[in-house]
Amino acid sequence: MTRSRTLRIDRAVCTGRGLCAELLPELIGLDEWGYPVMEQTAVPSHLQTHARRAVAACPVLALHMDRSTGKGDR
Amino acid sequence: MNTATAGTATVTRLLSGWYATGRPAGLTDHLRRYGSPPVTAVQGNRRSAPLIRALDAAGLTGRGGAGFPTAEKLRAVARERGRPVVVVNAMESEPASRKDQFLLAVAPHLVLDGAVLAAEAVGADVVHVCVPRVRSAQYWQVSDAMDERAAVCLDRVSLRLHGLPHAYVSSESTSLVRWLNGGEARPLGTPPRSHERGVGRRPTLVHNAETLAHLALVARYGPDWFRQAGTPDEPGTALVTVSGAVAAPGVLEVGLGTPLGTLLDLAGGPTEPPAALLLGGFGGTWLPARHLGTPLTRRDLAPLGAAPGAGVVVALPRLACGLTETARILAHLAAQSARQCGPCLFGLPAVAEDFAILAAGQADPADLARLRRRTGLLPDRGACRHPDGAARLAASALACFADDVDHHLAHGTCPAAQRPPRLPVPAATPPEDWR
Repeated sequence: MTRSRTLRIDRAVCTGRGLCAELLPELIGLDEWGYPVMEQTAVPSHLQTHARRAVAACPVLALHMDRSTGKGDR
Repeated sequence: MNTATAGTATVTRLLSGWYATGRPAGLTDHLRRYGSPPVTAVQGNRRSAPLIRALDAAGLTGRGGAGFPTAEKLRAVARERGRPVVVVNAMESEPASRKDQFLLAVAPHLVLDGAVLAAEAVGADVVHVCVPRVRSAQYWQVSDAMDERAAVCLDRVSLRLHGLPHAYVSSESTSLVRWLNGGEARPLGTPPRSHERGVGRRPTLVHNAETLAHLALVARYGPDWFRQAGTPDEPGTALVTVSGAVAAPGVLEVGLGTPLGTLLDLAGGPTEPPAALLLGGFGGTWLPARHLGTPLTRRDLAPLGAAPGAGVVVALPRLACGLTETARILAHLAAQSARQCGPCLFGLPAVAEDFAILAAGQADPADLARLRRRTGLLPDRGACRHPDGAARLAASALACFADDVDHHLAHGTCPAAQRPPRLPVPAATPPEDWR
C-alpha cells in the first residue's frame, strides 16, 4: 500500500548540487543558479521510488520525503 | 473614551496612559491605571487555562505581521510536554515600523504584564525579552522597568532581557530561538517548530510585544470589552506606523477596519496627494491611491494582495518615483538576507539589480521579462519568508506603477526619478553581526 508523500527541501542546507533534478526531473527543476524549483510537493505514487532515490542521493541531505500532513510543505 | 463604533475611529487602549499623561508610565503609574496583573485569574491546569478561552473569545491575533490567532499559539505550547518558555519579540526590524519601540517606551509594563500572564497561563517559568542591541536606550528603559518589578516582587516568573544583533531577518521567531540557544540570529526553516522544541529544547511561545500588551488587557477586561473595537471578524485595536507624505508621521492606535485614508488623516493628513501606499512594510504591498477607502483588515486587503502586516502605512508622494523607491528598498532587503538559502542568496540580489536597471530607465522588455520570472521564483523557496516579502514588494510595484514601467522602458527615467529619493531606506549593507 502506498501512502501519500510530499517532498520538502531544507533550503538553508541545500547547496544547489542538482542531483535531485537529475533523478526526479518530473517533479524538480533547477533555477538559473542551480537551486531546485518544485511546481508541486505531492509525490504521485508511480514516482515514489524515484523520489526515494533522489532523497537518498542528495549529498547534503537537504531533500526529505514526508508523510503528507496537508499543510506546511514546501 | 473606549466606546468607538466598530472600526471607524481611533480607540486608545495600549496608548491611553500615554495620551492621558504625556509621559512614559513607570510601575506606579501603571499599577494605578491597570492594577496588578491578574495572575491567579489566568492560571488553570495544562488542559484548560481561562486566559486561553478568553483570548479565543476575544479573537486576538498576532500583531507582528503573520496575524495568527493568539489563543491557538498558547494552546499549542501548553499542550507540549515540558515546562514552556515565553519569548517577547521586540526586535521590530522593519525599518518603516516604530510601533513596538513606541509601545515599549511609553507602556513597558503592559508588554511585560502580557508576557507574565501568558507565561502563567501556559505554565512557563521564564520570560526572555529580546530587543536589538543597537537600541541601547530602549534596552536600558526595559531593564529599568524589569528592575522596578523585581524590587516589589511583582512576578513569580523570571524575566530576562537580551540585546540581539540587528538585521531584517533577526525578528523572525526562529532567529530569536536560535540566538537564545547560543547560535546566530538567523532564521531556521526546519522542524521541530519552536512551540514543540525551542529555547533549551523546551516548548517556546514567541509573541510580538504589541500582541502581549493586548493580551494583558484581555486578561483584565475580558473578550467582550476587547470586541468593542474593530470589526466582528477582526476585533480590537492595532498600532500602526504612518509615514511618508503626511504632516504628522508617527504611531497611532486605531480600531481594525479603519479605512486607509482615515489613517493618513489621523497622521496629520497628506502633505501632497499620495500616488500610492506601501502597506505592511518593506516586504509588503504597493496599493494605488484609489484604494484609500479600503478598511485595514486582512479580509478587505486580501483581494488586493495586501495585508496589514505589522501595521505599516507609507504614503508615497505624487512627485516621487515608485520604481526608484522600490529599487532602493529591494537593494536593502537583498543586502539583509541571512545568506542561508540559494534562492535568497542569488535570486534576491538579482531581482534587486534588475529592478535598479528598470528604475534607472536602462531596461528593455527582455530585462522586464527576466525580472518578472526571477520575482516569481522567490516565494516559498526560503527557510523564512524574507524572499516572499521582497517578491510581494517587487510584483506589487510592477502592477501599481505599471504606467511608470512603460515610461521607463520607452523613454528612460521619469522626471521624478531624477529628484532625490523620498522614503527613508537604510543603506544596502549586510548586517555586521549575527551573534
